[in-house]
Amino acid sequence: MSRITQAFNKLKKAGRKALIPYIMSGDPSLEDTKRFIADLDEAGADIIELGVPFSDPLADGPTIQRAHERALQRGTTLRKVLTFVREIRQTSQIPLILMTYYNPVFKFGIEAFVKEAVSAGVDGVIIPDLIPDEAEDFIKLARQHKLDTIFLLAPTSTPDRIKKVVKASTGFIYYVSITGITGAKLTVGDPMKDTLTSIKSNTDKPIAVGFGISNPEEAAEVAKLADGVIVGSAIVRLIAEGKDIKDFVRSIKESLELKG
Amino acid sequence: MNKKAPDNKGHFGVYGGRFVPETLMPALIELEAAYNKYKKDKTFVKDLTSLQKDYIGRPTPLYFAKRLSEALGGAKIYLKREDLCHTGAHKINNALAQALLAKKMGKSRIIAETGAGQHGVATATGAALVGLECEIYMGSEDIRRQSLNVFRMKLLGAKVTEVNVGSRTLKDAINEALRDWTTNVRDTHYVLGTVFGPHPYPVMVRDFQSVIGKEARQQILKAEGKLPDCLIACVGGGSNSIGLFYAFLQDNVRMIGVEAGGHGIESGEHAARFAGGSLGVFQGCKSYLLQNDDGNVLGTHSVSAGLDYASVGPEHCFLRDVKKIEYTYATDDEALKAFELLSKTEGIIPALESAHAVTEAVKTAPAMSKDSIIIVNLSGRGDKDVQEVARIKGIEL
Repeated sequence: MSRITQAFNKLKKAGRKALIPYIMSGDPSLEDTKRFIADLDEAGADIIELGVPFSDPLADGPTIQRAHERALQRGTTLRKVLTFVREIRQTSQIPLILMTYYNPVFKFGIEAFVKEAVSAGVDGVIIPDLIPDEAEDFIKLARQHKLDTIFLLAPTSTPDRIKKVVKASTGFIYYVSITGITGAKLTVGDPMKDTLTSIKSNTDKPIAVGFGISNPEEAAEVAKLADGVIVGSAIVRLIAEGKDIKDFVRSIKESLELKG
Repeated sequence: MNKKAPDNKGHFGVYGGRFVPETLMPALIELEAAYNKYKKDKTFVKDLTSLQKDYIGRPTPLYFAKRLSEALGGAKIYLKREDLCHTGAHKINNALAQALLAKKMGKSRIIAETGAGQHGVATATGAALVGLECEIYMGSEDIRRQSLNVFRMKLLGAKVTEVNVGSRTLKDAINEALRDWTTNVRDTHYVLGTVFGPHPYPVMVRDFQSVIGKEARQQILKAEGKLPDCLIACVGGGSNSIGLFYAFLQDNVRMIGVEAGGHGIESGEHAARFAGGSLGVFQGCKSYLLQNDDGNVLGTHSVSAGLDYASVGPEHCFLRDVKKIEYTYATDDEALKAFELLSKTEGIIPALESAHAVTEAVKTAPAMSKDSIIIVNLSGRGDKDVQEVARIKGIEL
């Protein structure tokens, strides 16, 4: 059983929800990223998403776009991030997910990537511009080497798409809370409830919700509907401003513990 | 010829496909269904054909460039005059058809990216004609190079949004347009301007542009009683070239696509994807891509904003593999010379994009016999480039 599945199982037994923060590797440096991972762990993160920078991050809003640019300027590459994860694994067993775009993985070679990611200690991968329809080989290799493949669903997803994405996903399913890009304004309402209900009727796999969750109140509301909450832009913004992230992440964590 | 390309998911061999955020998948499926329905819909086809004739001005002439042919001293050179289309380039063939389709689909708004500004102007024109809200994304570097087209789009009622990230050119405008589409997908149609991006765009845009070659084939048979020996067109994303070539794919005709060689391949400052790129996945499809070893997309350079793009239409890669089309490139300097040559010998100022195709005719024609025939796709007129050419020559207007 993967670290990600173990984490969700444990939380479920305790009646709790997963907190999944996102940070960009190498923003502003990989040494800082190491420190942030320790901070996130300490503040109660259950799983950490590590961004790998790409020149054209088309699913990201301005905050995370700039993080991609900063990380690239510092020479961060997929290869360096894999080496970095190997280092992290010496001291930490927190579940780690890489979030990047398809071309860096494709250029690396999907088989080489899956093998090296698993051997470095990566638990899962999110690639927002790779849909299951185009991921047949990738999924096969990932299953073979026990790497979780986390695909995305959106408010626009039709029953056909939901079935396809649910089937292709392991670890959890990433529900994009808004039609839009990362960091946009969130509205928790009936459409979200309806789509989540429809996804749940298709699967017992955990569902985590991300895109646009920027404060403890929103996190608490989303947590009532899902198994996990992903927070990215709000944390990346604090890092960009040189501010501490621990208190903020802790406040989100506390909001998830409140029973609704 | 393999007639199975593309497959039902838009793969031309290993190229093409759909690499987009899941949010867009339902919209692409909806678009594909709508396109397949309306391309066979009698009213839609009739409306489009009538607008092609009365609004765009089709068929565009196939003009024998006698003085240019004489100056080069070889093959007879014909120019397919897409520069005479309403709004000054072939882009309107696709943009108007997609605007019409968006209206049929019940969308209230269309968006587009633009490099040289021609596709932006064409989309703004289509929006004005059918009555849709319109927003155009354009890199700030291109806005500087093509200020005239920016003002034209505004006159046509479009909102022009400056894109100030990345290389500030066409690729960044496409990223931004895709982000907009992901956000407003329910009421917005994205009028992609070339044979690129996720399926069904490469097929749909090709079909809308294939009128160029259909006309040219009939016209040359009428004028010369035989097919041409060679077709030449410039290749940015590749819509004007595939538009010309498509009707000739079953014929034994040499076809040459001309990419932007910029300052030369060795300089690294170019947009010659076949000469300097490798297989990659970018902005919705798998194709040749200018990228570094880590899979990040490289900056490109061309004097022509419309060719200044890091990747190329997937069907072009496929047709290159099956040896149906050859690809070469022309440098900035060569294109600027051809720009002046055509202006002086024929009284036709070509777009800098089209001047790349003219360059290849200049190289190819002299070695061919006097009874052989070349058709060059003159994809756009050069008025938009006059200011930039003056700036490059150090002339103050």
